[in-house]
Amino acid sequence: MGEVIQVKDLTKFYGPMLAVDHISFGVKEGEVFGFLGPNGAGKTTTIRMMVGLTQPSSGTAWVDGHDVMKEPVEVKKTIGLVPETSNLYGELTALENLIYQAELYGVPRKERKTQAIQLIEEFGLKEHQNKPFQKLSRGLKRRLTIAAALIHHPKILFLDEPTTGLDVMSARGLRKLIVDSKKKGLTIFLTTHYIPEAESLCDRIAVIVKGKIRVIDTPESIKAQVKETEILEIGLDRITEDLKNKLLFMEGIEKILIAENRIRFHTKKLDQITPPVIKVLEEQGAKIETINTLSPTLEDAFVKITGLDSELMKIDKPMKAGPE
Amino acid sequence: MEELKKAYFIAKKDMGAYYLKPPLISWGLMLPIVFVLAFYFRNPTGIKEVVPGLIGLTLLFSCTSMAAIVITFEKRIGALERLLLAPLNFRTILLGKTLGSTLFGLMVAVFITLILIPIMGLSVKHFWAFVLIFIFSGLAFSLLGILISVGVKEVFEAMTMSNFFRFPMIFLCGVFFPVSSMPFPLPILSYLLPLTYTVDGLKHCLLEDKGMIPLYLDLLILLGFVFLLFSLSLFIFKKRIRQDF
Repeated sequence: MGEVIQVKDLTKFYGPMLAVDHISFGVKEGEVFGFLGPNGAGKTTTIRMMVGLTQPSSGTAWVDGHDVMKEPVEVKKTIGLVPETSNLYGELTALENLIYQAELYGVPRKERKTQAIQLIEEFGLKEHQNKPFQKLSRGLKRRLTIAAALIHHPKILFLDEPTTGLDVMSARGLRKLIVDSKKKGLTIFLTTHYIPEAESLCDRIAVIVKGKIRVIDTPESIKAQVKETEILEIGLDRITEDLKNKLLFMEGIEKILIAENRIRFHTKKLDQITPPVIKVLEEQGAKIETINTLSPTLEDAFVKITGLDSELMKIDKPMKAGPE
Repeated sequence: MEELKKAYFIAKKDMGAYYLKPPLISWGLMLPIVFVLAFYFRNPTGIKEVVPGLIGLTLLFSCTSMAAIVITFEKRIGALERLLLAPLNFRTILLGKTLGSTLFGLMVAVFITLILIPIMGLSVKHFWAFVLIFIFSGLAFSLLGILISVGVKEVFEAMTMSNFFRFPMIFLCGVFFPVSSMPFPLPILSYLLPLTYTVDGLKHCLLEDKGMIPLYLDLLILLGFVFLLFSLSLFIFKKRIRQDF
């Protein structure tokens, strides 16, 4: 499949501050591509340059074969953007907002209302369709904003921090909507600072920090970069001193951590140490209640690649003033 | 054609969201009614002479009331970004915003005119010129409001600037007394303001050609203001968007 988004040396200065630093990447048709990074990394600035809202200082961006700088109107016909703030019109109802968007995007007159009603139903907004946008909850506003971005059947959907500020259930529902949209063949470009979200939704991820892309790859390949130490966790009915002593001096085990009745073995040779460990446990009469292998997570990989504390990724941006 | 259609949709939405709301309608109607009553009670026989000025004032205030703040307001609440994301060029967005405020202004001004003309026993001469004066003036005043709206950052700045232009126009544009009776150099200023030509053109149409400037010139100059203000607004709008977004 060809690339529908091509970005080359894209750069943005805000005065002396370099927000996006000569980034280049491509997004294939039909994939979910994620930009993962902490707040202030340049994710939103990048997405805004790609949709023609912000002018780059230098570099090029091509979306669906059109140069964003030279043909912004053509680009906008084929994309939908869900910005960080749900900014539909507060005084219009949910249905009116969708119909208005359909008008602006040139959806044929006969299809506007049908399309709008279909999306209202698909996004679970039927009982709210006649409520003014400003009266909807944050989660519903976000759903409607995504629906509005899809009213004209775009080829590419841009989502800027789609689940920020939402409660757990709303965020979960939204992720499901994103997965469903992908199944329909939509190319999705999303930005997020939630590592688990990037891992669960994206086919490929670009890790961006301080305006620079550090790595672009699949979540599995990124995790594989830190696949050094693995963890074998075993839950036992009891742990005796004899057992501890036997396990401590086993070959191939770098570290043992004991918490209550669980033992974690840190090792670089998981496959090799597992059988001897189980044998020792059986010989000592310990009853194995649970057994797990804990592979390095994307969070571990992120920390290693960027050098940032993973707690930084859990901080939401302060909410901007707006319709929300 | 596609551009015009989309501009119409923007105007239609603005009419529903902003203009056809009780506060704006009452403001649009209240000002001219207050002026008419004030002049009537002051000089019942002389009020006919100020009818063109009062209609011009109505057009000015009703066209600029929301136009002057609509873009600034929408920028503040994030709604302008929604328009910028749609496949619209800057020209279409401005045209839509202008059409919305012009339509509202014309509605209010026509309503007042339809009341004033029969009550004052006036008749309309040069009917099509009369219609064109309304349309060109509505567009010019709306664009003046839009120019203010794109040029400032905050809503309160837009309101201040619009009053800075509008209220002096009441005294400089022949609304209540002729431009020719003003001391030099005020007439120079008067001839730089679009309301002067609105009032002059309406005097031709309602007061048996009592206007000072030929009617065709009033129309041409008003049209010139429309093009000038649109071009200026577009230039500043593009610059402002590039700075702010």
